[in-house]
Amino acid sequence: MSQKIKGITNPKISLNILTPDEVMQIHTATLEVIESVGVRFPSEKALNILEEHDAKVDRQTMVARIPGHVIEEYLAKAPPTYTLAALDPALDLPLDGNHSFLGTDGCGVEILDAFSGERRRTTKQDVMDVARVADYLDAIAFHWVPISAQDCPPESRSLHELQAVWRVSKKHVQTETIVNEREMVAAIDMAAGLVGGKDALRQRPVLSIMQCTYSPLGQDGGSLEAGLAAAEAGLPVGYMTMASAGSNAPITLAGTLVVGNAEVISALALMQMHAPGCPVYYAAAQTMTDLRTGAYTGGGPEDYLFGAASNVLSDFYKVPLSMGAYATGAKEPDWQAGVDNAFSSFMAVLTMSDMLLGAGLLHGSRILSYEELLMDSEIWSMLESMFKGIEVTPDSLALDVIRSVGQFGSYLAQRHTRQFMRERWMPTLIDRRPYNAWEEKKDGARDWARAKAQDILREYHPIGIVPDQDAEFSRIIAGIEKLD
Amino acid sequence: MSDELLAQISQSLVDGDPDATFSLTEKALREGLEPLRIIREALMPGMNIVGDYFARGDYFLPDLIIAADGMKRAMELLEPELRARQQALETPGVVVIGTVKGDIHEIGKSLVATMLSANGFKVYDMGVDVPIATFIAKIKETNATLLGLSALLTTTMTMQREVIKTLVAEGLRSQVKVMVGGAPVTRSWAEDIGADGYAEDAMGAVALAKRLVGVRA
Repeated sequence: MSQKIKGITNPKISLNILTPDEVMQIHTATLEVIESVGVRFPSEKALNILEEHDAKVDRQTMVARIPGHVIEEYLAKAPPTYTLAALDPALDLPLDGNHSFLGTDGCGVEILDAFSGERRRTTKQDVMDVARVADYLDAIAFHWVPISAQDCPPESRSLHELQAVWRVSKKHVQTETIVNEREMVAAIDMAAGLVGGKDALRQRPVLSIMQCTYSPLGQDGGSLEAGLAAAEAGLPVGYMTMASAGSNAPITLAGTLVVGNAEVISALALMQMHAPGCPVYYAAAQTMTDLRTGAYTGGGPEDYLFGAASNVLSDFYKVPLSMGAYATGAKEPDWQAGVDNAFSSFMAVLTMSDMLLGAGLLHGSRILSYEELLMDSEIWSMLESMFKGIEVTPDSLALDVIRSVGQFGSYLAQRHTRQFMRERWMPTLIDRRPYNAWEEKKDGARDWARAKAQDILREYHPIGIVPDQDAEFSRIIAGIEKLD
Repeated sequence: MSDELLAQISQSLVDGDPDATFSLTEKALREGLEPLRIIREALMPGMNIVGDYFARGDYFLPDLIIAADGMKRAMELLEPELRARQQALETPGVVVIGTVKGDIHEIGKSLVATMLSANGFKVYDMGVDVPIATFIAKIKETNATLLGLSALLTTTMTMQREVIKTLVAEGLRSQVKVMVGGAPVTRSWAEDIGADGYAEDAMGAVALAKRLVGVRA
């Protein structure tokens, strides 16, 4: 099943969400913020690099004020397109501005068990099981670490998670759980071992790296140093803002875009200062703060707008985008999850976000649900169908068959119908049965999704890495654990 | 006249105007109103109205936080006056709160601290990336009865367990009730590490704190 990936390409529909002038205003405001307010980089290493590039650095607060022209100069060094490699080259993902790919979400802490339905804390075995299902689904183009391997030691957990995913899948892996240099160096060793060394890894990055910024206007020290190490090794690195309007970003949407943009592009410029020309990407998952609880929400009209707008910004900077779409705040795979994930993915694909994240998690990326993962894949298949748009050709205008059916025939009996019907979308979870058939069991999408997930978990045992590679992973991980 | 002034102080909290709360409180003191009367007849009723509006969904969190800021600024004027009169306000409890070592997430923890203060708790906010020893020392120093531990990362939430272990080792576990919170924290985690409770948001944390110290919410 994993031999083919369903990406979306050559979209026939598009959206204008920000005018060029509005994008320029956001860009100008962002540079003003970076230059005058500054961004906090709590890492001596990062601050040294920034200072060498004309930033005004306050060592006490660790805030760097970086001239706007320096940001622009270094962002321009980033490659506009590149390919995310997979262990199986047939599963490579070209980030060329004309493809959208879907990945899983991360990093949840609980899982709804596929068999018992029980909600419980996640383990390394769960990481492996979810990766197996994700490997099976052709909607899923790449893995995030979907859930935390909480039965593994914190200091090496991110590496156990990588091992778990790679054991069962040859798809590209984008990890978001490595947040210090030491684990990053180990992960680079692991990835290099899979492709035949560090030079080969530069050519075929089977691993890409996602780091979070720290809103408002800050970075995390460990994430910066991990990112710098990855950039040096030529692994694609992205920085994700999760600016939340109303709490760690302004309540106005444009203001939230400015704050998040300042965080992301200042981090990407830093990567370019350190390793000019290294592949980087823009990453974002802005949301609204819930004004009653102060919590991160996940879902809602503002999220959908952010999803589309972020891609316009990343296009402006000529780097790919990894967008937190899907990722509903719903507690169950229900109406809310469907609304959220359909709208958010639609808006992100409408602007051709290169990578979309978020399949499979509920409650604002906290709880993994296999049902949700399959339902999200079904939404993806609808998107794929929609973005093909409406083809207008002599065949599709169908004049011949219109003539032959006239007013009294049926198209069901026509060869033209049979010839083109497989181009139409077919559901696997949407219920189109007659009412009576439904009434017999009153079952539906959730039941079918659960049953399908159970089938996959019972029967699908893909192989990622070979035993020697796995043993090498274990050796590298043990090395990290011994250090403590 | 004094009744009108007290009503104005109250209204300034409802209106979300901390500058006005401050200057009106200053004026009330100048006019010779007793600090305890200002608190009981102006500030507390104002905060209660804000709380009611919030509870019925008309007010949002920023309304609460800005009102709490007005209350705090008024208290900065009133506390020295109370001390001068050797008076004190009753507090439901003394809270030490902070984000655990290795974690720099601040907003959620600070929100809980603000809401606990606004509900009369005496709060010592230790900030972020707080070493275990700092928590322990502050609990000993203040005789705190509540400890709030925040962690936003799956890797740092394990530190909540370490703090609780140290409380036991130091013989402080029976003195303080421990509340844990943060995005990855769940009820099962709280139970696992032997915390006394967890809450998912600031208002939940206030309700939990009141329950833990035996005050009716």
